[in-house]
Amino acid sequence: MFDIVLVRYGEIGLRGNNRRNFEDKLMANMERALSDIPNHRIYRTPGRVYVDAGGDANPVLERLARVFGIVSFSPAVRVEPEMDAIKDAAEYVLRDSIANRARLAVEPGAKSTFKVESRRADKRFPLPSPEISREVGAHLLDRIGGDVDVHRPDTTVNVEVRDEAAFVYARVVSGPGGLPVGTSGKALLLLSGGIDSPVAGWMGLKRGIELAGVHFHSPPFTSERSRDKVEDICRVLCRYAAGKIRLHHVYFTGIQKAIKLDCPEEIRVTLMRRMMFRLAEQLAKRIGALALITGESVGQVASQTLASMLVINRVTAYPVLRPLSGMDKTEITRIAEQIGTYEMSIRPYEDCCTLFLPRHPKTRPHLDQVESAEEALDIPALMTEALDRTEIVDIRG
Amino acid sequence: MDCSYLDNSATTPVYPEVADLMKTVMVEAFGNPSSLHGKGREAERLLNQARERVARVLGTNSRDIIFTSGGTEASNLAIKGAARAYRKRGSHLVTTRIEHPATLRAVEELEAEGFVVTYLGVDGEGMVAPADLEAAITDETILVSTMYVNHEVGAIQPLGEFSRILKSRGRRPFWHVDGVQAFAKLEVEPYKLGIDLFSLSAHKIHGPKGAGALFVREGVRLKPLLVGGGQEAGIRSGTENMPGISGLGLAAEICWEKSREGMNHLADLKQFMIERVLEDIPDAQVNGPGDKRAAPYITNFRFKGIKGEVLVHALEEHGIYVSTGSACSSRQHQASYVLEAMGVPDREAEGAIRVSFSTLTGREDVERIVAALPGEIKELRKFSRVR
Repeated sequence: MFDIVLVRYGEIGLRGNNRRNFEDKLMANMERALSDIPNHRIYRTPGRVYVDAGGDANPVLERLARVFGIVSFSPAVRVEPEMDAIKDAAEYVLRDSIANRARLAVEPGAKSTFKVESRRADKRFPLPSPEISREVGAHLLDRIGGDVDVHRPDTTVNVEVRDEAAFVYARVVSGPGGLPVGTSGKALLLLSGGIDSPVAGWMGLKRGIELAGVHFHSPPFTSERSRDKVEDICRVLCRYAAGKIRLHHVYFTGIQKAIKLDCPEEIRVTLMRRMMFRLAEQLAKRIGALALITGESVGQVASQTLASMLVINRVTAYPVLRPLSGMDKTEITRIAEQIGTYEMSIRPYEDCCTLFLPRHPKTRPHLDQVESAEEALDIPALMTEALDRTEIVDIRG
Repeated sequence: MDCSYLDNSATTPVYPEVADLMKTVMVEAFGNPSSLHGKGREAERLLNQARERVARVLGTNSRDIIFTSGGTEASNLAIKGAARAYRKRGSHLVTTRIEHPATLRAVEELEAEGFVVTYLGVDGEGMVAPADLEAAITDETILVSTMYVNHEVGAIQPLGEFSRILKSRGRRPFWHVDGVQAFAKLEVEPYKLGIDLFSLSAHKIHGPKGAGALFVREGVRLKPLLVGGGQEAGIRSGTENMPGISGLGLAAEICWEKSREGMNHLADLKQFMIERVLEDIPDAQVNGPGDKRAAPYITNFRFKGIKGEVLVHALEEHGIYVSTGSACSSRQHQASYVLEAMGVPDREAEGAIRVSFSTLTGREDVERIVAALPGEIKELRKFSRVR
């Protein structure tokens, strides 16, 4: 019976001129998210998007829950726009809702209350909205019983009458919110394979950012399996990304070795991070990304103190987005679990090689010390080697 | 890139003849040996043929071969099956610290059930001292479980001396030998040595994964791990894995023949490799016996200041595949328990790699690794923590 899904989008309604563009993106992203569901159809009327599930609505709901820009959606029953059909549908919807509440055992045995809310978009429909509500309500009382409670009902039965059909529904499921991916431009995500960076990427996607990824690997000090791991993480992010993620595996061994051999141990991490940012900026330029995204959270490790960030950030003029900067590890972990990257992140392959990490990294590196240490490095040559040996993989969901 | 696969103690490529036979068994002779009709008889004949092939290599009667899903199941069946069947006779078991995890975990399970276990240590080369075995056995001992060839360092355990000790006991415990790394490569005569149970696996001898067998000397009772349709004389129920079992039989036959012709050649290659490595690389050592007391096809080296894992990846770039420790333990970030039992310090054990040959290994493979190692180790040592 629930074969249609009403989709609501909020934030994008606010953006005057670009509205059409936002809606188009949202439609395209929904289309992509639903691409493997046979016989579905998406269509829109002013202010509303509908998905005809073409059968069971559950797989559609599951996928829409991952499309950014959707504020909420409701599985609905669609009938001919005439009163008898609407009443039957309302009865079905209310019975379903009562059954669900009983299953969830919200208040076992308690009497169920409801109200009916109607909207008449098609003004040619003979009854005005309050009349529709009254008639449907009376029908429900007659057939099912219970009480009407207009202030705090257990179930609100919604009736929407449009020219082509009437829709009846009770459930309103929250969507992920945010903006449709692709409406905010592209950014390059620095992926380590840890727990944080995928979450940072997901938060970027939520703000409508299209993602590309960069991963620094150091064979033979890191294994091919850690590459697989980052690719698997990207594959999960793709579920939210409305398309592919282009991942760059940058060859970092030469840089690691040079830093280890020629620079003071305690600032090694700072120097490594500066090289990563330099390389990321180069890649961002190539692919037209407008910002870098990292999984840094203030104070989490030595390289993530404000003092370190200040010195590291110097090497790029690009905005570096750090969506996790204000979050605790537990909050980050919770999101990682929700979005499905956590299990991959904790697979036990060493990422960027503990061998190169200093025993006592400096938490407050000084710019002069760092800059003079870098004089020992042939930075342009190292960068050229790293970029020349970069491998590109397109990850699709 | 053509490659040198030198990780044959982890697993081996299936011989093409074996794969062909398995395909035929899957698509043509696909019957269930228990079926009454012709397809069933065809399968039964293949089953008997495989059993005879395995028995011939072991020099035993084909009635004594029980097919299993592999070495792990064979060892579990032998150890738990015998201990549980004979627990009225006694509750003491003897094994060694360097057994494969299949043995160690099975024995631990029995400990939890109330059995008492004595674990024999090894010397610096991974050899169990026969005197230790002699001292450990009491009248309460019902089962002794030892391995033939150690999976990490290749040490060949002195089965002949174990046999003499066990035979000299008036009340003799049952004896299980984990022969996974030796079967169809080294000679073994279960009857002569008085071995009661002998585990073997197909995929270490160019057969398929998921097939193995347990030799059970006539008269030895085992409590089955799996019950059901009563296949394999009621000891191992479940429709027979016909492709795997046929593959095991043929692989055993071929591998044994090639081993008898080629084992001296492998021993020469090993000798050559050890000499070159010790000569060309400072601070290199062989773990385990460097002489004839180790299997000709397993060599374990350690290099000071190197992480074995990094060296594995570095060699990979030359198309050379080796492993750290055994494949089962190498994904866990801890030094090998075998090397620990041998008294190798943790820090040095981290730098261990295992190079393992098979009947398909040629001189060019060994040339390749001895050529690659010195340069890689020199380079990696620049970046090691202990400089």
